[in-house]
Amino acid sequence: MTNGIEDVENAEVIFVIGSNPRENHPVIGAKIKEAKRNGARLIIADPRKIDLSNESDLFVQLKLGTNIALINGMIHVIIEEGLEDKEYIETHTENYRNLKAVVEKYTPEHVAPICGVKADEIREMARIYASGRASIFYAMGITQHKTGTNGVISLSNLAQVCGNIGVKGGGINPLRGQNNVQGACDMGGLPDVLTGSQDYTNPGVKQLFEEEWGTKIPQKPGLTIPEIMDGACSNTIKCLFIMGENPMLSDPDMNHIRHALDSLDFLIVQDIFLTETAERAHVVLPARAFAEKDGTFTNTERRVQRVRKAVDGPGESREDWLILMELMNRLGQDRKYAHPGEIMDEIARVTPQYRGISYERIAKAGLQWPVPHKEHMGTPILHANGPIRGKGYFCAVEYEPSAEQVSANFPYLLTNGRNLYHYHTRTMTGRVKELNEKSPCSYVEINPITLRKLGFEDGAKVKITSARGHITTRVKAYEGIMEELFFMPFHFADGAANVLTGTNLDEKCGIPELKVSAVNIEPAFA
Amino acid sequence: MFEVIINGQKTIIREESSVLRALTGEGIQVPSFCYDERFINRHFPEETDCGLCVVEIDGKLEKSCSTVISDGMVILSDSDKVIERRKSILEKIIEDHPLDCIVCDKAGGCKLQDYCYEYGIEKSSNSCLEALPVDGSSPFFSIDPNKCIACGKCVKVCGYLQNTNILFLTETNGKRHVAVNGETLRESACGSCGNCVSVCPVGALLPKGISGTRADRWKTETVQTTCCYCGVGCQIDLKVAENKILGAGPAASGPNDGLLCVKGKFGYKFIGHSDRLKTPLIRQNGQLTEATWDEAYALITEKISGLMASDGPEAFAGLTSARCTNEENYLFQKLFRTVIGTNNIDHCARL
Ligand code: SF4
Ligand code: SF4
Ligand code: SF4
Repeated sequence: MTNGIEDVENAEVIFVIGSNPRENHPVIGAKIKEAKRNGARLIIADPRKIDLSNESDLFVQLKLGTNIALINGMIHVIIEEGLEDKEYIETHTENYRNLKAVVEKYTPEHVAPICGVKADEIREMARIYASGRASIFYAMGITQHKTGTNGVISLSNLAQVCGNIGVKGGGINPLRGQNNVQGACDMGGLPDVLTGSQDYTNPGVKQLFEEEWGTKIPQKPGLTIPEIMDGACSNTIKCLFIMGENPMLSDPDMNHIRHALDSLDFLIVQDIFLTETAERAHVVLPARAFAEKDGTFTNTERRVQRVRKAVDGPGESREDWLILMELMNRLGQDRKYAHPGEIMDEIARVTPQYRGISYERIAKAGLQWPVPHKEHMGTPILHANGPIRGKGYFCAVEYEPSAEQVSANFPYLLTNGRNLYHYHTRTMTGRVKELNEKSPCSYVEINPITLRKLGFEDGAKVKITSARGHITTRVKAYEGIMEELFFMPFHFADGAANVLTGTNLDEKCGIPELKVSAVNIEPAFA
Repeated sequence: MFEVIINGQKTIIREESSVLRALTGEGIQVPSFCYDERFINRHFPEETDCGLCVVEIDGKLEKSCSTVISDGMVILSDSDKVIERRKSILEKIIEDHPLDCIVCDKAGGCKLQDYCYEYGIEKSSNSCLEALPVDGSSPFFSIDPNKCIACGKCVKVCGYLQNTNILFLTETNGKRHVAVNGETLRESACGSCGNCVSVCPVGALLPKGISGTRADRWKTETVQTTCCYCGVGCQIDLKVAENKILGAGPAASGPNDGLLCVKGKFGYKFIGHSDRLKTPLIRQNGQLTEATWDEAYALITEKISGLMASDGPEAFAGLTSARCTNEENYLFQKLFRTVIGTNNIDHCARL
C-alpha cells in the first residue's frame, strides 16, 4: 500500500476494484464502511456483488477480465471533462501525452459493451472518483489475470491523473492476501531480486551481499514457480524444497502440479501439517506455527511487526529458522544466530528499506518501511515528496481480452476467491471446528436465473469441467453474480477450484490467470 | 497545560483531556464498565454510561469520563463519597445479575466480579429472574442477556467500529439488556468477528468451548503477536496458561486498533490440533515413516551433496512462503543463494 490502513479515514472517495475487503481483509472492510458512514463516497467495480456494494454510491458489475477497459474509460472521461489534476501532471509526471493518446478511443460508448455496463455509469464512476481525494483498494481481482500487471499500471495512471499519489487520503493500495506476502517479497524470496528488491547483478549490491555472506552469489536469473514446475516435469529440476506452502491446492492446474512433484528425485517439505503437498515428499520436516516462534511479519501497509512465541510446539517440531540454520551449517555456511533478532540485524545491514529496524525498535509498535536509519520513524505514505523515481511515468496500457475465452465445449466463465471463514488451502482454518461449521464444503455460486435455465436446484450436485480437469461440487444460488459467470472459493481439497484453473501467465510478472477459466457444467450423479 | 490538585497533590496535566484520561495518565485506575478510548471521537445516537467512573471534583460528584479537565480543579479519585456512590451502583447491578460466579466461564476475567470484590459487595441472593433466553446459535460465542449489564459497549463496537450493526439494547420486565437484530445470531448478518465478545466486561458475551479452562484464568499471561491470516496484520493478544492458548483478543494498538475478524479471533485453534506434525518423516518403501532429526538432516545433506555433484546448482529450486516470518524467508533464500548457489527461489505471492 502506498498509504497506511489508518489513512482510509482521510479519503473523500474510496474506489474498490477486484477486492472484497469485508470478507478477505475484514478489518480494512470495517474501516472502509466507517469512512463511508462518515461521508466518504464509495465506488465499487466487481463482477460479483460484494457486501460493500449495498452501501456504495455506485456499484458497477463489470464482465470478468475487463478492468483495464473500465479504468481507461474512466481516465478518458476525466480528461474529456477537465477533471484531471493539471498541476500534479505538470510537475510530477512524464509521458502524459502518450496516455492521453491511448485513452482517446476508450470512450464510455466504446467501453460499455466490453465491460457490460452502461456508458453513463462509467461517466458517473469517473466523476465520483475525480470529485475528491480518492484512495484505490484492489486485490487479486486485478492481478490474477493475464494482464494483471497492466491492470495495476492502469490504476496507477488513474491515481496519477488525479494527483492522488503521495497525499493523505489518496494512494493505490493493494490488499495482500496472505499475512506475509509483502515480507516474503522484501526478503528476496523471488528469483530475480535479493532483499528489498535489490538487483543481484548490480556490482554494489553484489559486493554488499558477498561481504555479508562471505561467499559468491549466483548471477544466473532464477526460475519462477511455473518454470520450476515445468522443470520438474522435464527433469531439469531434481530437488525441490518447499517451506510452508501447499502448491497442490493453491497453484493452478492441479494435475500438472501433481505430475511435477511426483517427477522429482527429491522433495523436501517443511510444514506444520501433512498437507496434500507434504504427502508427496521424500522428507517432511515438522515446523512451528506462528504462536510457537519469534520473528516478524510485514503487513500490507509495509509495517514490520513482531511475531512472538506464546507456547511450545508439539512433539519434536522445531522453529523454522532453527531448521534452516542447521541445514545451512551442515552444508557449509557456518553463520550462527542465537535468536531471530540477530537475523533481523543481518537483514537490516543488507536491506536499505529495513536498515532502521531492530527488535528493540519494534517492540511496542511496528514501523512502516522504508526505515532508512535507526532514528527514522517509518514512512506511512509513500511518494510524499514526489514519486521515488523523480517523476511519475505514465505507461499507457491497452485492454486485451483474457486468454481464456468461452467456447462451444466450455460455454461459461468461472472465477474464484476466498470466503470469510477460510484461508487459502484451509490447512489451518479447516482444522478449526467452528469455522468448518460455518463453511463446511466447496460450492459454486450461480445466478438463480442461470440456474433456472440450466434446470438445477439450489444445492444440487454438479460436475464442472474445464480443459484441465473436472470436479464435483454443490450449487449455491446467489443473485449477486452475473448470469454468465460462476464463482468458487478455492479453499477446498474436495472440489478444488484449482483443478480447473489454467496456467496462462501474465507476460510481465508470471502471475497465472487464475481468475478466469472457461467451464462446462453438468449434473453429477453420485 | 493545566494545574490541578489530585488527591491533595499538585499535578500538571499537559494536554486537554477528560478527567478520566488525566487520572489514568497519572497512574490512578478509574473503574468503568463502558469506557473505551475508541469511543472518544465518535458520535453515537444513543449514549450509555455506567456511572462507575465517578470522582469528586470541587466537592461535587461528576463522571470523570465526560468531564473535561480545567485549571484549578480539585479532584478526589476515591473519597468516601465516591466509594459510596460506586458501591450503590454496583449493588444495583448485582441485584439483577445471576449469582453464578462459581460456574461462570468469565470468572477471573470479569469486571463486575473484580469491582464487587474490590468494593466489598456481597450478595448471596437477589431478585434476578434469569428468564431471558440464551442465544447459543453461533458456533463461536453465546449471548446470555441475563448477565448483561447494559453498558452498551458491544452495541457501539458492532454498529460503529465493526459496522455490522447486529446488536442493540432493549428492555424486558424492567431489565435493560443486549438483543440481536434478527431472530438469533445464526439468522442475523453477524460476521462472527467477536469484537463484541472482546469488549464485554461481564459474562454476557462469551466464546464457546472455553469451559474447563476457567481455573487457569488467574494465571494467564498475555502475549502480543501478529495475526497469521491476512495481510492486514492485526495485533492479537493471546491469552496463555500452562503452554496452552486459552483465547485471543485484539490488542489496542496496531493497524487494527482493537478490532479483529473471525479468523484472528477464533482461528487460532488449529495450533494445538492433533494432526500437527510431531516428528520428521522419511519416505521408506513408499511410506512416510517417523524419523529422528539427525536422520532427516543426514538424508537431506547426503541427497543435496549427491545431486550437486551430478547435476549442479541449477537442478535445485525452493519455494518459500508468504506465511512464514521475514527471518525464515531470509534464511531460506540465503540457503539457496549461498550453499546451493542458485536463484531458483520463488513463493506464492502471485497467488
Ligand atoms: S460478532 Fe461481530 S458482527 Fe457479530 S454481533 Fe458481535 S460485533 Fe457484531
Ligand atoms: S452484552 Fe456485555 S458489552 Fe453488551 S451491553 Fe451487555 S454487558 Fe455491555
Ligand atoms: S484478524 Fe482478520 S483482518 Fe486481522 S489480520 Fe487476521 S485475518 Fe486479517
